[in-house]
Amino acid sequence: MAKYPPPEELIKINYTTPVKSWMDSKTAFKPGNFSYPGKPDILKYLGMPNPREWNPMDDDWKLPPDWQRIVMEKFREKLKKYRSFKIFMDVCVRCGACADKCHFFIGGGDPKNMPVLRAELLRSIYRGEFSAAAKVLGKLAGARKLEEDVIKEWFMYFYQCTECRRCSLFCPYGIDTAEITMMARELLHEVGCNINWILEPAANCNRTGNHLGIQPHAYKDMMDFLCDDIEEITGRRVRPNVNKKGCEILFITPSGDIFADPGIYTYMGYLILFDYLGLDVTWSTYASEGGNFGLFTSDKMMKKLNAKMYAEAKRLGAKWILGGECGHMWRVINQYMLTMNGPADFMETPVSPVTGTRFDAAAGTKMLHICEFTADLIKNGKLKLDPSRNDNFVSTYHDSCNTARGMGLFEEPRYILKNVCRQFYEMPENTIREQTFCCGGGAGLNNEEFTETRLRGGLPRGNAVKYVRDRHGVNNLACICAIDRATLPPLCDYWAPGVGVSGVHELVGNALILDGEKKRTTDLRQNPLPGMEDEEE
Amino acid sequence: MAAFYSLLAVLALIVIPWLGAGMGMGALFGIVLPYIAIIVFMVGFVLRIVDWAKSPVPFCIPTTGGQQKSLPWIENSPWDNPSDKKGVFMRMVFEVLTFRSLFRNTSVKLQQEGPKVGYSSEKSLWLFALIFHYCFLVILIRHLRFFLAPVPWAVHVTEFFDSILQIGLPVMYQTDALILLGLFFLFARRVFDGKVRYISLMQDYFPLLLILGIALTGIWMRYVVKVDVIAVKELAMGLVTLHPHLPKEAIDPSVYAHLTLVCALFIYFPFSKLMHMGGVFLSPTRVLPNMSRRAMWVNPWNDPSIKPHSYEAYEDDFREKMIEAGLPVDKQA
Repeated sequence: MAKYPPPEELIKINYTTPVKSWMDSKTAFKPGNFSYPGKPDILKYLGMPNPREWNPMDDDWKLPPDWQRIVMEKFREKLKKYRSFKIFMDVCVRCGACADKCHFFIGGGDPKNMPVLRAELLRSIYRGEFSAAAKVLGKLAGARKLEEDVIKEWFMYFYQCTECRRCSLFCPYGIDTAEITMMARELLHEVGCNINWILEPAANCNRTGNHLGIQPHAYKDMMDFLCDDIEEITGRRVRPNVNKKGCEILFITPSGDIFADPGIYTYMGYLILFDYLGLDVTWSTYASEGGNFGLFTSDKMMKKLNAKMYAEAKRLGAKWILGGECGHMWRVINQYMLTMNGPADFMETPVSPVTGTRFDAAAGTKMLHICEFTADLIKNGKLKLDPSRNDNFVSTYHDSCNTARGMGLFEEPRYILKNVCRQFYEMPENTIREQTFCCGGGAGLNNEEFTETRLRGGLPRGNAVKYVRDRHGVNNLACICAIDRATLPPLCDYWAPGVGVSGVHELVGNALILDGEKKRTTDLRQNPLPGMEDEEE
Repeated sequence: MAAFYSLLAVLALIVIPWLGAGMGMGALFGIVLPYIAIIVFMVGFVLRIVDWAKSPVPFCIPTTGGQQKSLPWIENSPWDNPSDKKGVFMRMVFEVLTFRSLFRNTSVKLQQEGPKVGYSSEKSLWLFALIFHYCFLVILIRHLRFFLAPVPWAVHVTEFFDSILQIGLPVMYQTDALILLGLFFLFARRVFDGKVRYISLMQDYFPLLLILGIALTGIWMRYVVKVDVIAVKELAMGLVTLHPHLPKEAIDPSVYAHLTLVCALFIYFPFSKLMHMGGVFLSPTRVLPNMSRRAMWVNPWNDPSIKPHSYEAYEDDFREKMIEAGLPVDKQA
């Protein structure tokens, strides 16, 4: 267990800025504020530059001899490839509207976590190396030379950004720090500065089909285990298809949900729903990952990992793909997938076999979000639900950054929640929907060694949860993201003790009345249902 | 320090033409410089836009600020999360004309008891930015009276409304006062708000002080020395009609100072952050519709050689185990 200060100490945050220029402050690495570097064998497997053992706390980062030339060449290339990058380097007026929108700044007070300054870390080099006038004026004009300390600063702060895009919503020009962070991380890869928590899952995903490195037989074992639990709870045996050819639908969801509590209950919710509907659907072990840590690595890696979805749909002959609850997975599907790996014209526009609804919103990708699918089922009265089974939960809903600001999926999950539970309260309006706050662990930062910074970054979310806990007795934070299900439980324990975390389809699984089910006495977590506390097995 | 140097630069831009005009260099500041300025501005502006436009937009990455268009019974936000060009047009209209994103601005307050993190609406930046930009626009339109003959109807209307309060003689334009208010606020924010001061550079102070200089010399000319407007128009019309000449009646040197500051602004514009005026129309997070799941967005440099780790290779890796677990395989062992 990592060591970090208690909430009453961590909350003493100083927002005042130093007198000295930010260019004169040195980056201090200490346990808890950075993630461990990529391991050499992982870098070698992925074919990435400069694999070596190194430690951010050491003075010598073992950069390649001509690292400056490498970085500047890549910088120039990125400016040529991305209009976004060029515009975002040029048009910022430093109005400061974004300054207090970042969760890491709110929870930590480090001025370099103000989105504008995070971008200036790159802009200062852009000016110092490409603009003659700025070169002459130097620091006055925010220009500086590329030195080793700059690389260290980049590594610190571009791995303290979760690419949540909250700042981009408030920026008058839409400057998107996620985009800038992606560029910076790609520059850092060129000299071998990256973090293992992103690269190892990416490597695993390439070989085994999922971030966790679960091999096919183990995946099937874990699935059977969850099916056993479902049988014990509901009395029904669900028999999911795996890697089966000729099914109408291929279902893909993050692997985190088959692996750990509380994601497994959401996974059970999917299994129960598909069985209830008698859906012609198959799971895949080859494409057993919805998420994509390539998004946090490089455009190439993102494309390579994402390509499995269409490849598997084609191999199995599926008509369309249904996607599970996940945040960044849906940014990739909504904004990148078809561009990278389309067209997907070997499939058909998703049509619900239960309601007949045609989902034109997914006409291009042929990939539907499970919340869109389930909301349509409920709207058409196709689900027999008993929301009282969720009466032990007083729920609120956390919008994932990516489904919020990279898609706009707000109403579908709320509609489902309001139909499967009877007690639902929203958090304050500045902390939900398009203004939602990150869990503190997005963009590949959900690792153990980074916990202190994650808890700091989680302050705005944690405090909003605490607000509804104190006001309405909320004890359950529902979400549609596998990373959230890993990061929010410790966050709630820290900032809002007593609040648990669930997926939306876990609550669907609880409420769904199955044909021929036995008398349900527990929920999917095997906790007694309301009024069943005294029932014995 | 950056603010101080900016101030010195602006003062120099006032003093040099003021003295220069008196020393018979009127033609330099009144004719040569304006032509240089307008050419640099136009060429620079176009080149900058072309340079941006040359970089492709590989991915469709709008920042979505409202409900997507999905199921017909779910109300979507057509302007904050546009699904088509019409929606984007409306989003940009609100962004450019009303500074919609800035209107959302909030300010964080941390309360140690509780603890409680609160967010309050913070509209002052939005308000004063809006005041400044609109006043600048109105003043620009009013100045067309010097460059056009006959003076268009729209300019008369603008002048009429801008002076509707009928204060003083010559009658005061409200925008002259308001633009000062806007500029002072924006400048004070940079100096007194610690966060903004920390991020401010010379190129943030300089244009503010430059425009402040333009406004103050303008006010000086109109309300204090009351310059010969007929002569100024003669100079301006000469420039516009490409028959430049200095008017016979001597013009107050403040006119040259004012003109030089404006020229400095025009020359500086294409090389500076002031290009946000053009950039906002090219910002991929604002001007793209959220449509890339519905239809294909094409990336010109998409690399088709990037393939996934193939299923065949995957099965080769795990075939025995898959067969043992009862999973279907394409090739038997």
